[in-house]
Amino acid sequence: MSRNRLRTALAAALPVGFVTILLFIPYAMLLVHSFWRLQGGVIRHELTLENYRRLFGTPLYPDTILFSAGIALRVTALSLLLAYPLAYLLAFKVKRHKQLMYMAVIIPLWVSYLVRAYAWKIILGQEGILNGLLQSAGLIDQPLTFLLYSRWAVILALTHIYTPFTLMPIYAVLEAIPPALREASQDLYAGRWQTFLRVILPLSLPGVLAGSTFAFVLSMGDFLAPLLLGGNDSALMVSNLVWSLFGVAYNWPLGAAVSVVVLLMTLFLLWLANKVETAMNYTGRRDGMIGAVRGGGR
Amino acid sequence: MLELRSLTKRFGDFMAVDGVSLAIAPGEFLTFLGASGSGKTTTLRMIAGFETPTAGEILMDGASIADLPPFKREVNTVFQQYALFPHMSVRHNVEYGLRMRRVPAAERRSRVDQALAMVQLGELAARSPRQLSGGQQQRVALARALINRPRVLLLDEPLGALDLKLRKQMQLELKHLQTAVGITFVYVTHDQEEALTMSDRIALMRQGQLIQVGTPRDLYDRPASRYVADFIGETNLLAGTVVESRSGEAALQIGVDMLRGVCDGRLETGREAWLAVRPEAIAVRPPVGEWSGGNVVSATVREAVYAGSAVRVHATLTSGQRIVAHVAAGTSVTVGAAVRLAWPVERGRFVQE
Repeated sequence: MSRNRLRTALAAALPVGFVTILLFIPYAMLLVHSFWRLQGGVIRHELTLENYRRLFGTPLYPDTILFSAGIALRVTALSLLLAYPLAYLLAFKVKRHKQLMYMAVIIPLWVSYLVRAYAWKIILGQEGILNGLLQSAGLIDQPLTFLLYSRWAVILALTHIYTPFTLMPIYAVLEAIPPALREASQDLYAGRWQTFLRVILPLSLPGVLAGSTFAFVLSMGDFLAPLLLGGNDSALMVSNLVWSLFGVAYNWPLGAAVSVVVLLMTLFLLWLANKVETAMNYTGRRDGMIGAVRGGGR
Repeated sequence: MLELRSLTKRFGDFMAVDGVSLAIAPGEFLTFLGASGSGKTTTLRMIAGFETPTAGEILMDGASIADLPPFKREVNTVFQQYALFPHMSVRHNVEYGLRMRRVPAAERRSRVDQALAMVQLGELAARSPRQLSGGQQQRVALARALINRPRVLLLDEPLGALDLKLRKQMQLELKHLQTAVGITFVYVTHDQEEALTMSDRIALMRQGQLIQVGTPRDLYDRPASRYVADFIGETNLLAGTVVESRSGEAALQIGVDMLRGVCDGRLETGREAWLAVRPEAIAVRPPVGEWSGGNVVSATVREAVYAGSAVRVHATLTSGQRIVAHVAAGTSVTVGAAVRLAWPVERGRFVQE
């Protein structure tokens, strides 16, 4: 082996080792665990499909997965509703301090997730800011109790936390649309609304898709928001389920099986989104935005 | 038909366009020519409606259009990088303007077919823009604009992205197309050769101002200033002092040489002036022998560069000023040799700052 190749091999060893130890081995262990048997509180290293049979046979598990997906879908819709107009304003209407405004939108990402989730507790709680405001305004006599510990609190917090993730790719594609395309559209008798519908919106769809995928996947797998803000109907999303299976229930094989199912669903979604995005790719870029973030999947 | 009156555009402290007044006739091919930053593109963008004038008027058939948004003006634009919609086929790109004007589908189809046939792209209607070459994209952009039968077609350096050979070919095609459709073309370029080839009239801009407007021949043969003479074509600018002048003619002293040339009116004697002489007007002669009439100066050959159809002879006058002459390719010129340079008086033109 020449010195050069040796050097390359050494340089590659660290990242390869990192990925192997922190990603491949845990995923492989997860996969293997999901096929092991739990007997009398002991994990037996025998291959079985029992865990998957139980998973799909017990309504709790599919229901929780679907419930999480439902929450994630609503979070995605709300994030899009907030992020798209904001990204549009930033990309096209804000002329001065554009970078600053963009940073202002992104900055919450640097604040600890836990802090942001707790912030909602402070806002929505019985002694919270919102109740305080409403009471001092004389609009209500008793504090509203349905604000906190409900699925709406979870959706609200998740939307707040993941909207920047939705905004970033949308802003990036809008920024990349050459100004001459909007001018060409106006030059060809299209008003502002037509220009938006026929040129801006179609060209921004890859970003919308990427942003939606982020919001959906991230909020579907969220753990803390349902734990801190969820109520009787909503404290249990799929991550919390896995947590309790691995924790109090000490049923690692079943927990692993649930994880594997969710992981497969997520991978399928990412694959699908990337596929659709590539089909919508008009610029001749080889990989879509999701692919780029994933590290150029294909 | 299209008239600009004291059109002005200021970006902050920067005067992009400074009081441009110009009337453009129907069916005319008018070119705004100038270096980058001269305000030519900004002028075009104000006509298109992408920029709002700071002051002045834009009149179409006597009516002001300066306050109309771009989509309400009867002008169309061919953009520098074509600006084809990447998510639409060639057909949908070309059809866009008609669709926005709610032209019925059947008429749309036949007009798109006609427009694509006009630019020889009939068989590519279903392609996407990125499957086309630069020249083809250029033609789609043209078809997309012309299909709307605008009163005025605006073209912003449309050939800038093409290679030289294709550019030359497209110049001719554009000119033929313009003659065929009879639409007024307002063209922007920094390429003086392109402007000379295609235009009916050239409006030369510098620092936001119009400095000369005229036919290509006017600008080439009768430059109004030293800048114009230098900008349009290759030229020798010989600096000296005016020693005598009568109406239409003057003489310049450069060291020991006295050179005659034509001028507008009379020049003030004692002033500094430049004599502009095109390289192709200058003949290279042996240092001795008969030569009567016109200007004759002694010079030393510094360099002779073969350039295909001509030899470019770089020489130095006795005063030290450099001069370039283009002579026929067969002429033998020896570097270092003493020669005489000669040109007719009417081929030299006085210009001032």
